[in-house]
Amino acid sequence: MKILVCISKTPDTTAKIAFTDNNTKFDAAGVQWIINPNDEYYALVRAIELKEADPAAAIHLINVGGADSDAIIRKALALGGDEAIRVNAENLDSFGIASQIAQIAKENNYDLIFLGKETIDYNGSAVGGMVAELLDLPYISLATKFELNGTTATVTREIEGGEEVCEVSLPVVVSCNKGMAEQRIPNMRGIMAARTKPLKVVEPAASDALTEVAAFSLPPAKAGVKLVDADNVQELVRLLHEEAKVI
Amino acid sequence: MSVLIFIDINEEGAVKKTSLEVLTYGARLAQQLGVPAEGLVLAPVKEELAALGKYGVQTIHQVQNEALAHFDAQVYTKAIAQIAEKTGASVILFSNNTDGKALAPRLSARLKAGLVSGAVALPETANGFIVKKSVFSGKAFADIKIATPVKIITLNPNSFTIEAGAGTATVTPVEVTVDAPKVKTVSVNRQSSEVPLAEAERVVSGGRGMKGPENWGILEDLAKALNAALACSRPVADAHWRPHNEHVGQTGGAIAPNLYLAVGISGAIQHLAGVNRSKVIVVINKDPEAPFFKAADYGIVGDLFEVVPKLTEAIKQLKG
Ligand SMILES: Cc1cc2nc3c(=O)[nH]c(=O)nc-3n(C[C@H](O)[C@H](O)[C@H](O)COP(=O)(O)OP(=O)(O)OC[C@H]3O[C@@H](n4cnc5c(N)ncnc54)[C@H](O)[C@@H]3O)c2cc1C
Ligand SMILES: Nc1ncnc2c1ncn2[C@@H]1O[C@H](COP(=O)(O)O)[C@@H](O)[C@H]1O
Repeated sequence: MKILVCISKTPDTTAKIAFTDNNTKFDAAGVQWIINPNDEYYALVRAIELKEADPAAAIHLINVGGADSDAIIRKALALGGDEAIRVNAENLDSFGIASQIAQIAKENNYDLIFLGKETIDYNGSAVGGMVAELLDLPYISLATKFELNGTTATVTREIEGGEEVCEVSLPVVVSCNKGMAEQRIPNMRGIMAARTKPLKVVEPAASDALTEVAAFSLPPAKAGVKLVDADNVQELVRLLHEEAKVI
Repeated sequence: MSVLIFIDINEEGAVKKTSLEVLTYGARLAQQLGVPAEGLVLAPVKEELAALGKYGVQTIHQVQNEALAHFDAQVYTKAIAQIAEKTGASVILFSNNTDGKALAPRLSARLKAGLVSGAVALPETANGFIVKKSVFSGKAFADIKIATPVKIITLNPNSFTIEAGAGTATVTPVEVTVDAPKVKTVSVNRQSSEVPLAEAERVVSGGRGMKGPENWGILEDLAKALNAALACSRPVADAHWRPHNEHVGQTGGAIAPNLYLAVGISGAIQHLAGVNRSKVIVVINKDPEAPFFKAADYGIVGDLFEVVPKLTEAIKQLKG
């Protein structure tokens, strides 16, 4: 079994969000980069668990990005990926990224393609569905549970106010959500092994972007909190009713 | 040229509330562009569709096909693409809800139509076609330019107010050719009595300050008095005090209710990332230095075990 896990690089969850170049670029000064948490905790760790159950399985990692992605790719290898491919292309839109991933996937016949449910910077929740369509494969989004029985997968996905259990034959593309697996910390052996695992850099195939960022902006600052005395909850209820009009 | 609006139907055959938001949004956009607003229904439905005309759509295309009885993103995408081509749709709209997140990107790749997911406002169309979306988990916005002839937008839940007028829509049956779905639905587990968290107008949320799952009764009472959905912080879900689907934040769900009432939650940046699009934030915390107060509109510094029951009583009194 061959599993492809798509790994993206995002600013650390505590990074200060600011923009430069006339608000057209994210200000990366001083920013610590991490593996997108949804890709790491849910997609990658579940893939590693599947490999632990089936040692013949192989986990390939893919990242579309510049050389500054190599550090997060090495960390993903340390956690348990077997080999990695970096498609050397930057600043693509979701469709551009999906086209590169689909191109690599076509050459390798994966049984399973795992992605995170979304990147925490772009919040597209888009690349997975696009990859699935480009490969004409079934797509299960927002999966919270994934069990494999031979070549049939039983997957639970989130729906509004509940969940749905479905069954599908491999190959399939899955976007991974909370519940799939738990965060792991790479151990020393993993970190040592990652240094010698293959990280192949390939040049991108031609592809068109369908969208572009015109400008970024920050939400207006909050006016400041109105504190109400703990012995006077009626006042809070009055404010919520008469001033904020939310109850 | 038209605006085509995907109308999402739940397992009970009812139109989802998020679809009413998209219908209102789509009707307004169609007006802005001077083209008709048309709806599209694929799943079996128990409601009177013509009545959806009150949100401003003129026509609803209804497909009745066994292959669409259960949701499968691959099959649904093929059906939507056929109808979009037949009707000459120039903008296709979805809610950025669970189904929209599966369908819109597939359709975008199929039609090579630029996608903006998570829109928070109507597009600017005076000079190009630019859509404002939420990025960095609600900490910023991006204006995205779509350059392709066909455009796809998914609208963030709770970011556009539903408006209903008079009017009825003409419901027209349409045919599509699709294969049998490859994904088989085994079971659906939906609490139809509860307000889904993503759609809820009011949310009561608990953190580690609640001390343990056995104390959640006071939050449930408060939520009931407010007709609110329940949510929680990540450590609460990790400790299995509450189910994972209630976890909000950077790695959980992102919500934008009118009222978010946070009880015993410190307000870590990763938690705020999932809730900072809420219109009004109320914080109850015994620590006046809790970072959540900086993001709040109203706050009470106090012991939640004393404040919450009193608050519930005061709300019940208001509602009489
Ligand atoms: C990569 C990453 C992703 C993360 N994603 C998320 C996420 O999606 N969602 C999320 O929530 N967190 C997330 N976290 C965790 C986050 O950093 C915080 O640790 C977490 O939000 C804290 O939860 P809490 O506020 O419930 O608990 P605590 O920080 O322990 O706060 C408890 C609060 O309760 C108050 N309190 C205690 N007793 C009482 C009382 N009797 N009355 C009133 N107040 C009381 C305390 O003053 C305190 O402020 C993430 C962290 C990382 C590193
Ligand atoms: N540059 C990238 N390289 C590899 N995978 C990516 C990249 N960007 C996004 N992905 C994957 O696609 C998922 C969804 O991303 P998005 O559509 O941006 O929310 C992420 O969780 C990743 O698994």
